[in-house]
Amino acid sequence: MKTKHNRELTKQEEFVRAHRRHHHQVSSWRLLLFVFFLGLWETSARLNWIDSFFFSSPSRVVQCFIQQISSNHMLSHIGVTLFETLASFLLVIILSLLAATMLWHSRKLSEILEPYLVVLNSLPKSALAPLFIVWLGTGSTTIIVAGISVALFGSIISFYTGFQQVDPEKITLIYTLGGKKQDAFFKVVLPGSLPILLSTSKVNIGLALVGVIIGEFLAARRGLGYLIIYGSQVFQLDMVITSIIVLCIIALVFYKVLQVMEHRIKKKFRL
Amino acid sequence: MQNILELKNIGYSYHSLHGETKALENISFEVCEGEFVAIVGPSGCGKSTLLSIIAGLISPEQGTILFNNPDGSLNYPKIGYMLQRDHLFEWRSVYRNVTLGLELHHMMSPERLAAVDRLLTEYGLEGFRDKRPDELSGGMKQRAALIRTLALEPQLLLLDEPFSALDYQTRLMVSADICRLIRAAGKTMIIITHDLSEAISLADKIIILSGRPAVVKTEMPIKLTLKDDSPLAARNAPEFQHLFNRLWEDLTHENKA
Repeated sequence: MKTKHNRELTKQEEFVRAHRRHHHQVSSWRLLLFVFFLGLWETSARLNWIDSFFFSSPSRVVQCFIQQISSNHMLSHIGVTLFETLASFLLVIILSLLAATMLWHSRKLSEILEPYLVVLNSLPKSALAPLFIVWLGTGSTTIIVAGISVALFGSIISFYTGFQQVDPEKITLIYTLGGKKQDAFFKVVLPGSLPILLSTSKVNIGLALVGVIIGEFLAARRGLGYLIIYGSQVFQLDMVITSIIVLCIIALVFYKVLQVMEHRIKKKFRL
Repeated sequence: MQNILELKNIGYSYHSLHGETKALENISFEVCEGEFVAIVGPSGCGKSTLLSIIAGLISPEQGTILFNNPDGSLNYPKIGYMLQRDHLFEWRSVYRNVTLGLELHHMMSPERLAAVDRLLTEYGLEGFRDKRPDELSGGMKQRAALIRTLALEPQLLLLDEPFSALDYQTRLMVSADICRLIRAAGKTMIIITHDLSEAISLADKIIILSGRPAVVKTEMPIKLTLKDDSPLAARNAPEFQHLFNRLWEDLTHENKA
């Protein structure tokens, strides 16, 4: 009996160990790949395999970043892009929740609007940006609207699909307990589609960032999108590449923050 | 005993672009206070539709439903409806699940909540009030669903194949258990089942419906010599086999017709 018990424990330990080893390996390879890429980039630039005027190099990027922070208000450019992205993201969430709720409430409305939503969702939103500039000028409003336009329609469709996937018998249950349609929405549909709302939000923050950068390309005097365009126009490619790397970091941080939030909320509601 | 519910010539059809499907035709029967009525019939014959009509979830196209409440009024009585599955919400604790009905009616009064607490203790769920539904066994989930229904103090309970999602062994125990609890609470009950043994062991009266469009084929009163015992013991009553055969004959006979 005892030996069998012991052997089972070791099997369990073995499993845990193998699991940990796998994760260690994944993390190490990730880091290694990153270091290898940076090293290759730096070496190629130093040995003149690539022209660092066009391709920059990690050391030049760091140099440029420090220089930009002290002289050119890099931080304020980052702040502007962050603000505009967060504003579009929050507005997208609010607007698409409201719209999806209305669609859920009225089947007729959802059937009427369906083709419009499909067309607006497939339309390349960058095509609209010039119009926004003419209509709204070249301020933050235009940029935020551009950010919203990229994420909004897909978000409405995802939220509405999430609402529809809720078990209709759970809604019947609310009616058998004497509840109204609004009870069905707040007690079943909304909490029941929380996982989809959270995963859609993760997609939305990325899309809002895409929209904001497109907007800044065309109509801004501030923000990372402006820095990229400005840098390319004056042939300061270090500035362009530094801004792109900062954008990478911003996208990563946004995604991580939302992932942690999603994890916490799911844990709280045990979904 | 006083009638609590009277159905007169209830008719209902489903409509689609391909035409009309008659589900119920001329359904009439009565239910007495404290009585357990089982409704059996071939699948798809409109049993659930009938229950939804009694519950007031849909209106009948023909006929009337009369309620004689104990206080003499003819108002719609408070009806508790138990669906096929427990549908406890995973995102709520057991306690917040069983008080869902009270929450919907804004009736979270201390007296009502005290009654819920009594039921939780009585049904052995006291220690599980802050647990999530997926931590309960199948039988405990059904008990929680029953408390959720009873919290609104209904006079009439409607059960739509409430145990069909359970495996056979659990089902035997849970159906006996739930029906004992409902009887102890002194409620009237209408239960839909496709299990003839279950119908005989639980009910005071069985209403046999025909295939579509459903009409009342037979009303069969059930008097078992072992009635006071549990529904499990009822299956050993000497009349059980005879009643089962009669019920089976009634159901299959009309299927051929």
